[in-house]
Amino acid sequence: MQTVFKKTPILTDAVLHYCPGCGHGIVHRLVAEVVDELGIQDRTIAIVPVGCAVFGYKYFNLDSIEAAHGRAPAAATGVKRTNPNNVVFTYQGDGDLASIGTAEIVHAAHRGEKITTIFINNAIYGMTGGQMAPTTLVGQKTTTSPYGRDKDHCGSPIRIAEMLATIEGSAYIERVAVNSPANIVRAKKAIKNAFECQLAGKGFSLVEVLSNCPTNWGMSPVESMEWLEKNMIPYYPLGVKKDITKEV
Amino acid sequence: MLWTNIFAGFGGQGVLLIGQLLAYAGMYEGKNVSWLPSYGPEMRGGTANCSVVVSDEPVASPVINKCDCVIAMNRPSLDKFEQNVLPGGKLFINSSIIDKKATRTDIDVYYVPCNEIADKLNNPKVANMAMLGAYLEATKAVQTKSVLDALLYKLGEKKAALIPLNEEAIEAGAASIRK
Amino acid sequence: MAKKLMKGCEAVAEAAIQAGCHYFFGYPITPQNDIPEYMARRLPQVGGCFLQAESEVAAINMVYGAAAAGARCMTSSSSPGISLKQEGMTYLAGAELPCVVVNMVRGGPGLGSIQPSQGDYFQATRGGGHGDYHPIVLAPASVQETVDLMQDAFDLADIYRTPVMILADGIIGQIMEPVEFHEKKETRELPAKDWAATGWSPASNRPRAIVNSLYIEVEELQELNDRLQARYQHIRENESRAELYNTEGAEIIVCAYGTVARICKAAIGLCAKQGVKVGLFRPITAWPFPEKQLAKAMAQDSVKKAIAVEISAGQMLEDVKLTVNGTKPVEFYGKPGSYTPTAEEIAEYIMKSREA
Repeated sequence: MQTVFKKTPILTDAVLHYCPGCGHGIVHRLVAEVVDELGIQDRTIAIVPVGCAVFGYKYFNLDSIEAAHGRAPAAATGVKRTNPNNVVFTYQGDGDLASIGTAEIVHAAHRGEKITTIFINNAIYGMTGGQMAPTTLVGQKTTTSPYGRDKDHCGSPIRIAEMLATIEGSAYIERVAVNSPANIVRAKKAIKNAFECQLAGKGFSLVEVLSNCPTNWGMSPVESMEWLEKNMIPYYPLGVKKDITKEV
Repeated sequence: MLWTNIFAGFGGQGVLLIGQLLAYAGMYEGKNVSWLPSYGPEMRGGTANCSVVVSDEPVASPVINKCDCVIAMNRPSLDKFEQNVLPGGKLFINSSIIDKKATRTDIDVYYVPCNEIADKLNNPKVANMAMLGAYLEATKAVQTKSVLDALLYKLGEKKAALIPLNEEAIEAGAASIRK
Repeated sequence: MAKKLMKGCEAVAEAAIQAGCHYFFGYPITPQNDIPEYMARRLPQVGGCFLQAESEVAAINMVYGAAAAGARCMTSSSSPGISLKQEGMTYLAGAELPCVVVNMVRGGPGLGSIQPSQGDYFQATRGGGHGDYHPIVLAPASVQETVDLMQDAFDLADIYRTPVMILADGIIGQIMEPVEFHEKKETRELPAKDWAATGWSPASNRPRAIVNSLYIEVEELQELNDRLQARYQHIRENESRAELYNTEGAEIIVCAYGTVARICKAAIGLCAKQGVKVGLFRPITAWPFPEKQLAKAMAQDSVKKAIAVEISAGQMLEDVKLTVNGTKPVEFYGKPGSYTPTAEEIAEYIMKSREA
C-alpha cells in the first residue's frame, strides 16, 4: 500500500483541545511540518503563550516552554541568547502579542532578535470567552464590546505586521490567512521563509496569520471562513510587509 | 585605632576621591575600611559627601553620624556637619573659600587654604589633595606613601607623571597646619 | 588573592560571574546601576551575554527563558523594579526554575526615595507574587558577605530549583569595602539540569522538556504544590543561617539584618560602655527565617526582651514575634521609608527600653 498522507512527527498524538473548525489546528500543523522539513526538531524550542494555544507544549513534539501572558518574546530572547544554535519560535495570539505583550514583541523586533513569531490574529480573545482584542474590527460585537467596537471609544484595530515592518531589526514580516486551501499553502511557505530567515541569522521574523474563531464569533466554521475573507482581509491586507532576504 | 570621617564639599571638588584614597591607603596598610558616598540627585552640582571609616577592628557601622573628623571643603558642608564632630575631634575647613570661623570650642579646628596652595602649584585641581595632606598631618591615620600608592592605582600608570604634583600638594597642605 | 576595594554593586556582579553566571538581563534603576554597567563591561570578556531589556518585566522573563534553557542567570533591580518583576518570580517558582535576583532596596511605597530602606522584607520573604511560594532570601551585611553569598545563592537556586533573592539595601550597593574573591571553594553537589529545554528529538536520552507552571487539573496542581511545600520544609530545616553576636548572657537581644545590623553592633558597643550587655541576632537567610537560632538565644534566663530594629514599619518584627511566640516581650525600633537610624539613637532606645 502506498502512503499518500502521514501525520507529521513534530506533532504529538495528544488530542487538540481546540474548538471544531478553529484555525489553530491548521497553523500547528503548518509549523510542525516546516520544522520537520527543515530537519531541525532536535534544536527547536517552542515558546507557547497564554491564550488558546496555552497547551501548545502538549502538541508540539519539541522542547517547550510555557511563558507568562505576553512575555513569550522575552522568554525566547533568554533561550536564544543562552543557546544561539537553538531555533526558537513563539506562538502567540492577538491578546497575548497585540495587547499585553506589545512591549515585548516590539523590542524583540527592535533588537533584531533572531527568533520567529507565529502570530494568530483572530480578532478576539478566545480562551477567556470572546472579549474584544486590539485586533477586533470596528463594529464587531464581542462580550466586552456588546454594541460593536466603537473606534471613538477604544480606537481602531491595530495592524501588527505593518507596524513591525517599520522596525529596522525586522527581517521578514508577512501576513497570511488560513481560510482557503490556496491561502494555507501560501501560509506554510511564509512560515518556512520565516524559519529560514532565522536559520540564516538575518534578524527577527514574524508571520501574522489571519484565523477564525467560530465559537466566539458565533458562526459555523464555514461561515467564519467567509466572514474572515469578507471582513478581515480587506482591513488586514495579505502579503509580504518586509523581507530583507530579498533586498539587494 | 579608629578614625571615623565625613568628607564634604561641592560636586567636582574631589571630596569623594580623597575619601576613597584614605580608604585605599588604609586597606593597603592592612586596616579595616569602608567608604560610603551620599548618593542621589544632589551629587550633581550640589554638595557631595562620603563617610570613611579606618579601623584596626572590623568596621561595625559604616553609617556615621557623630565622627572623629569632618572635612569641609565648602560653606554648606561646614554648616551641615560642624555639629557632627565628636568632642575632642577635628574639623578641617577650606579657608580659601569658607570665610566663616568654626563655632565649636571643644574640638581642634584646622584652617587650610586649599585653593591658594593649589594655585601656587599652578593646578586648581589639587586643592583636595592639599586638604588631604592637612588631614594626614593632623591624624596620622595612614602614611602619605600609602595614599600615593592609592592615587597611582586610581590614575593608572599612564598618568603616573601627575604623582609628584599631588605629593607636593599633600606636603604643602600638611605644612600649612604645622606650627 | 589580594584584597580589592570595591563598590558593593560591582562586587556583586563580579562574584556572580565568578560563580558561573554568564547571562544577565536587567533594566536601569537607581541605586543598582553599577550592576548592569559592570555586567555590560565584563560579560562579553567571559563569553557571556549582557542584555538591557526594554522593561523590568521583560528582564525577568528573559531570565525565565535563560533559566529554562539551563543557564546560570540573574537580574538585579531596586524596589519599584522588583515589584514589576514579581510576575516573573512566581512563574519561575511555579516552573521550578533556578535564578538569582538582586534587590538593592530603596525607600517606598510608590516611587519612594533612592536612599536605603528595608521595606521590601514582606515582599521578599512572603513570595511577592501570587500563589504559595518562597524564594530563598539572603540578606548580606557587608560587601564581603555579599560576595561570599553569591556562590551559595546560585548553588541553592540549582539545588532547590528555585529563585534566590539577594535582599540588600542601597548602602550595600553603594559602599566601598575591601573584598577578597576566594578561589572557587568546594561547591555542593549540583543536580543535572536534565529538565532544561535545549533541543530534543526521539533519539535524545531524556524525556521531552516541558517548562511550565500551568496545571489545569486540581490533582496535578496539588502535586506541584505538595512538591514545593515539601521542598520549602526541607529548606527551612537545613538552610537557615544567622549570626549571633554577643548574645550569650545578654540582657536584651537586638534583631536586625543587613546594614542596620552593623549599626546595631555599634549601638551594642555604646551600651556596653554603660555596662549593659546587649546581643545581636542577625538573620543571614531572611527566608527561611532562622527560628531555631533566635529561639535558643531568647530562651536564656538572662534575656528579658527582644528589640527588632529595621528601616521599615516593622516587617521582620513579625517573624521575630512568631518565633518568640509570646514568651517574652518583643519591641520595635525604626521608621518606614529611608531613615537610617544612627548607633546613638538605637543605643538610646535600648537604654530607655531597659528602664521602662
